[in-house]
This record gives sequence, structure tokens and C-alpha cells, in this order.
Amino acid sequence: MSNSGFLKSSIGKKFLMGITGLFLISFLIVHCFVNALIFINDGGHTFDLGCEFMGTNWIIRAMEIVLFAGIILHIFQALILTLDNRKARPIQYDSYDGAANSKWYSRWMGLLGTLILMFLIIHLSHFWIVSRFTNHLAHTKEHALPGQETMFDEMKETFENLWVVILYSLSMVSLGYHLLHGFQSAFQTLGLNHKKYTPLIKKIGVAFSIIVPLIFALMPISIYMEWIK
Amino acid sequence: MSTTSNMNLTLKVWKQKNKDTKGKFETYNAKGISPDMSFLEMFDVVNEGLISDGKEPIAFDHDCREGICGMCSMYINGRPHGPKQGVTTCQLHMRSFKDGDTIVVEPWRSAAFPVIKDLAVDRSSFDRIMAAGGFVSVNTGNAKDANNILIPKPEADEAFEAAACIGCGACVAACKNSSAMLFVSAKVSQLALLPQGKIEAQQRVWDMVHQMDEEGFGNCTNTGACEAECPKSISLENIARMNREYLISTAISKK
Ligand code: HEM
Ligand code: SF4
Ligand code: FES
Repeated sequence: MSNSGFLKSSIGKKFLMGITGLFLISFLIVHCFVNALIFINDGGHTFDLGCEFMGTNWIIRAMEIVLFAGIILHIFQALILTLDNRKARPIQYDSYDGAANSKWYSRWMGLLGTLILMFLIIHLSHFWIVSRFTNHLAHTKEHALPGQETMFDEMKETFENLWVVILYSLSMVSLGYHLLHGFQSAFQTLGLNHKKYTPLIKKIGVAFSIIVPLIFALMPISIYMEWIK
Repeated sequence: MSTTSNMNLTLKVWKQKNKDTKGKFETYNAKGISPDMSFLEMFDVVNEGLISDGKEPIAFDHDCREGICGMCSMYINGRPHGPKQGVTTCQLHMRSFKDGDTIVVEPWRSAAFPVIKDLAVDRSSFDRIMAAGGFVSVNTGNAKDANNILIPKPEADEAFEAAACIGCGACVAACKNSSAMLFVSAKVSQLALLPQGKIEAQQRVWDMVHQMDEEGFGNCTNTGACEAECPKSISLENIARMNREYLISTAISKK
């Protein structure tokens, strides 16, 4: 027994996958909560305050770095696992009936993840790049310089475009299915399995995978439909 | 079980000379097959026909023909051991098929299970995993009295269920990642759950997992295909237990 081979071992690699997955889930909770402030429907006032807090609080800014590290690690491990697993079956079956013994989304985690990654890149370029690397956004309307907007304005402009709204909504479907398998899978990977609690974890996982992506998807939809002004 | 009329079937079977050659499918006709035959008996009939025609029979593994030895590895119509759950190929009956069906039969496909010939694969990677830690070290002295180590019934039952694994490799064959975690976790659990096995549990899980990785099996992604296809219904709980034991064993190791 020694720690040296741990991260090279199958369970060690899976451990990283599970831990980063759960960390990303915890991020989703915070992100969903802050963004849901738009549903207060006060012209984005509370939402902009929320964004100001997220953009200026140093703990949050430090966590942003951890978050990027987490995503990169998650993707990197996903790639290594996928390549490993390909090697483990050099000749594929001619007839393969996966549907008989497993859920399709559990078999397509890599594809679902890749869709999420493509969405993330577009999503970051919509909001994160604009807020961090341009001078275009002010925290609140009161502090806006001439020509500057708030994050809420930026959101409204972005979601005027129907294609963007469709892209965001479909991406949330991918996220939902990724989580439908991933949520409970992460607990299993970490060995957190229990006769009494596992059924509960599975139920929470299903609820989480439906509710959180749905709330996210409702944001662009509500803005496009002008339910939120 | 009423005997309905005999069936004629088309078999698409994987033929491969040895592990170093490329294999391919051959088509065979299975005529006059009784629905009450087992899948292996159907192969016996086909092979007898081939031999009497002076052709080479299809090589396949079998031994007990009653679901306990785990030899009869066949991947039938996209599933290990065919369309029924909780059975091995020798326990699969031809009444699961219809007259005129085409049945595709392939070997287990895994880098860690090289093909010996046709449908027979080499599962000695499982043996090497067992040799790495799937045992309890005991000093053999006088035989001990029965029941001098008391074991709670629920734990004895769980260990017994894990010990039902027959090492057939269907879990590996079913898994899209060719992962052997269900097998290894069953073997880790059957010992770790009992007092005699607990003592070496940490070293054991470490050794067995590392041997498993070395053999070239893939990494589990918890699809659950193994549990669904296992003829002995070995539970995924065993994989969680193995992961837990492995993580703890790493965390508390002194090296
Ligand atoms: C917000 C984004 C994401 C979240 C919340 C998330 C969450 C998770 C969770 C919880 C797991 C289960 C871990 C386990 O079974 O131990 C997982 C697995 C996985 N993820 Fe993600 N993930 C995200 C993004 C991505 C991306 C961008 C990719 C790929 C480019 C990806 C690829 C994978 C793969 C291949 C697995 C392995 C399948 C498995 O082990 O079940 N994920 N993810
Ligand atoms: S766990 Fe089940 S499928 Fe895997 S080797 Fe054991 S008996 Fe066969
Ligand atoms: S021949 Fe022994 S299990 Fe099928």
C-alpha cells in the first residue's frame, strides 16, 4: 500500500472524476441561485447586486480559479478514462444491445459532457469574457459610465436571439441527462453507498437533474418571451 | 413445458484461429433444433454436423453445464449469455428463440480476455487478480471448532451473496468499458465482510485493484450493465464497498 500509484489507479482516476463532478454540482447550486434573482422581476436590480457581490468578493474570485481548475481536471480525467476504456476493448462487438442492460445517458456521458463543454465555451464568451476582460459592463445602473451596461442588460440583449435561446435550452437538456447519471454515480464512485441512504440520494439526484437545468433554461426563455423585463 | 415443433435457425458465429490472427464471422445453419435444448446443446448438434461433413467444429468453452463453473462465455445477440437475465449460456434454452431467427454469437471482447479460439477466451487475468490477493493467509493447525468465531447473519449473508460470483466474465463482456470491477469487488467483499478476511482487507484491495489495472481492464463508469447481466446477480454495492476500502486503504497507508 502506498499513495504513489493512487492517481494512476482506476479507482484513483474515478475518485478525481467523482470529486470534481460533485464540486461542479455545488457550483451549479450557487450559480443557479444567483441567476434566479432575475425572476424577482425588478428590472434586474437585485440580480445586478448579486453579480456585483460575485464579481468583487475575494473569496468568490478565488473560488473562480478553483472552479476553472475543477472543470479542467474533470475534462482531463474524462479524456484519460475514455481513451483507457477504448484500449480495453480493441475489437468492438458486431451486435451490441446496450439498451438491454443500461440507460443510454449512462453510456453517453462523454458525448453529453462534450456538448456541455461546447456550451460552456459559448456561454463564457457571452458573459464571463465581457464582464472580466472588457470595460463594457458596470456593476449597477447607478455606477454605469456613459455607454456602459449592467449584466442584466447584457443578458437581455443576448437572449433576444432565438437561436441563442434554443442553444441554451438544448444544452440544459444535455446537462440534465449528464447529471441524471452523474449525480448518483459520483456517490457510488466515492464508495458512499448505503442501504438506507442510497435510495434517497438517487431521488435527490433525479430531482436535482430536472429542477436545476429547468430553472437555468427558464432564464433565456423568460427573457425572450419578455416575461421578465 | 410443452414441446413445440423443432426450429431452423441461422447462426452468425465468430471464427478466429488464435489470439494473433484476425477473426471473422461465418454463417451456419442449425436445423431441427428442439426448443428444450440448451444453447450449448444446440452448438453440439451443429458441431456434430460439421464434424460428419469433415469440417472444423466451432470451439467454445463449457464444463459444468449447470451454471456453476462460469466457462460458457458467449455473447449472444448483443448480450452476454443471451437474452435472459440471471442465467449462463448453458442455462439458456432454445425456447428463448423463434423458428427462423438469426443469432449472432461472439466471444467476450476485451483486451484482458484474448481469444484462444473462436468463442473460447483466456480468462486467466481473473486468476492473476485472485493470486494477487483473493485469499486469506492462515496457519493450518488443528481443525477449529465450528462457531468459535461468531458472525452476524446479515454479514454472513452478504458475504455469501458476493461469494456466489463464478468468475464467468459476463460483467466485463457487458461493460462498455470492459471493466472488471464487479468481479473484483465481489471477490474483495466476500473476504472483507468476514472476520477472517478483515485482517488483510486493506492490503488485499490494494493488491487486487492494481493487478486488475495491470491486466488492462477498463474503468467503471457505473452504467450498471454488469449487475444487470451477471448470472449470479452480484450487486453494485460491492463496487462501492471496494472503492471505499481502496480509498481508505490509500488514505491511512503509512507509505
Ligand atoms: C457543469 C458541468 C459538469 C458537471 C456538473 C458534471 C458532473 C459530473 C458528475 C457528477 C459525474 C459523475 C462522476 C462519477 O461517476 O464519479 C460526471 C462524470 C463524467 N463527466 Fe461530467 N460534469 C460536467 C461537465 C463535464 C464536461 C465538460 C465533460 C467532458 C468534456 C464531462 C465528462 C464526463 C465524463 C466522461 C464522465 C464519466 C462518466 C462517469 O463516470 O459516470 N463532464 N460529471
Ligand atoms: S460478478 Fe457476475 S458476471 Fe462478473 S464474473 Fe462474477 S458471476 Fe460473472
Ligand atoms: S458450462 Fe458451467 S456455467 Fe455454463
